[in-house]
Amino acid sequence: MTPATRATPRGAGWRRRHQLVGLVYVIPTVAFVAVFFLTPLVLVARMSLSSWPLLSGDRGLNFPKNFVAIWNNQLFWPAVVFTIEYTVLVTILLIGLGLGTALLVQEVGRWVGALRTIFLLPVAVGLASASLLFWGFYSPSIGPISPILEAVGVIHQPISFLETSTSALLSTTFLIVWKFAGLYMLILLVGLQGIPDDVYEASALDGASRGQMFRYITLPLLRPSLAMALILCVTGSLLAFDQFYILTKGGPDNATVTVVQLIYREAFQRQNLGSAAAISVIVLLALLVLNAIQFRLLRDPERS
Amino acid sequence: MGATSRNILGRTPYYVLTGGLAVIFLFPILWAAVASVSPQAATGQTVGMGLGNYTTLFNFGAGLPRFMFNSVLVAFLVVAITLVVSGLGGYAFARFDFPGRDVLFLLTLAILMVPYATVLIPLYVMLHRVGLQNSLVGLSLVLTVFQLPFATYMMRISFEAVPRELDESALMDGCGTFSVLWRILLPSVRPGLITVSLFAFLAAWNDFFAPLILLNDPTQQTLPVAIANLRQQTMGAIDYGATEAGVVVMALPCLILFLFLQRHFVRGFMSGAIKG
Repeated sequence: MTPATRATPRGAGWRRRHQLVGLVYVIPTVAFVAVFFLTPLVLVARMSLSSWPLLSGDRGLNFPKNFVAIWNNQLFWPAVVFTIEYTVLVTILLIGLGLGTALLVQEVGRWVGALRTIFLLPVAVGLASASLLFWGFYSPSIGPISPILEAVGVIHQPISFLETSTSALLSTTFLIVWKFAGLYMLILLVGLQGIPDDVYEASALDGASRGQMFRYITLPLLRPSLAMALILCVTGSLLAFDQFYILTKGGPDNATVTVVQLIYREAFQRQNLGSAAAISVIVLLALLVLNAIQFRLLRDPERS
Repeated sequence: MGATSRNILGRTPYYVLTGGLAVIFLFPILWAAVASVSPQAATGQTVGMGLGNYTTLFNFGAGLPRFMFNSVLVAFLVVAITLVVSGLGGYAFARFDFPGRDVLFLLTLAILMVPYATVLIPLYVMLHRVGLQNSLVGLSLVLTVFQLPFATYMMRISFEAVPRELDESALMDGCGTFSVLWRILLPSVRPGLITVSLFAFLAAWNDFFAPLILLNDPTQQTLPVAIANLRQQTMGAIDYGATEAGVVVMALPCLILFLFLQRHFVRGFMSGAIKG
């Protein structure tokens, strides 16, 4: 059947009406996006401009009080600085280890297949479960690390994993790297496998070394995957909550309070939804600007 | 020395390195499983190996069966609603050129760009107004929204991968658009549906922040928040044993599902690469 004969029984009018049927099938999507996404965005903006205690609700506009209060909040800037420190540390480690493990599991084989599965197992475990797991893992009472090191004779007293601000940051970072390295391995592995073999073969004929191939072929061609991994990792780390809420509770001495934890505290401990909404709006705007910059920097220079 | 033995020697650093990494990645999971049945002072299991910690966990608070039921219900609702919404939506985006299509699709993807907390604070207020505070149904609806960007995208490209001739000839034969979807297209997009279900299940089963904010009644909690609460509520000493038993209970379904459906899990990431 040619397209011409196919169109005959039902004319152009039917075709146009037929396309409109799609509107019926997107009704649930429209409803969800409108009610659970757009309405909350409008409401959060409204809340950020209002006095809005948790229990008594809307008390009317008070702009710019909530935003001024953020400026004077003693926890705000330390939380911003800590969140950025954590994000830089986690991003460098996760992208580095993700790329390293992706390069290690490129080939096909039984051991490589098993390795991929092993690296991906922590990704399937939930973040809260993983945080609770490591909460016991790091504890002096049942944690396995100190007894092992003591038995070998490396240390003579149990190590404290969460007691100082540095050790709390590093211990949480280890948990996150363990939990998510497989995810970044997978993203970068998909990118690596998209690079055609003949590019490597051609450069090998030209006498390129392995280092040169990595620098001039793998890295440039991996750019889209690296960009996606970077944006995912930066966004996820800036919004960190579960791991710190469970593992360090923001301690010691509020040294590991992240920005999202601050939003939670404002809303449900200090019971001030207005100022929680104001911080949320600032985080949203900061994230939009940051992602716009990242997209711009990482866009393929030849395509733009 | 033959070529093979030289090859094995050359590969030794590779096996040492990857073997070491494998041990590091497996060790915490295996440790949690062993610790949950090992004897430890001030836990439900003080002498010898056994399931004492699981008994403590079973009887804690409203009881493990209650929390388990809550988690299963939420996971089931999120998977079911996500499948319906993204199945119908993906079909519409892939096969119909209706007004506002591209704007709506971008808007759905934009959900990914917005921080969780930014949306959950107003949703807490909204759910209170309509009487859905402390409601597992309310929680499920909220969790579904965050599944829609990936699910809708996945279903759209799954439908687009099916040749158009298939549904066009059925339409010519007088089939309605819904029976085309139900009888002809759905069987072809089954892998996409499985991938969407797997991601929706893992997200709903494991989510911590949304139930923490939206559910105030401790007996209505899902497993992750309930087990995190377990740490504070045992009298005096912290019960690490029961906590690790809880970790095993939460992680086991995820690990089993992952091992069976790894192919579908990996496809979720391949799809992003294909379409850029």
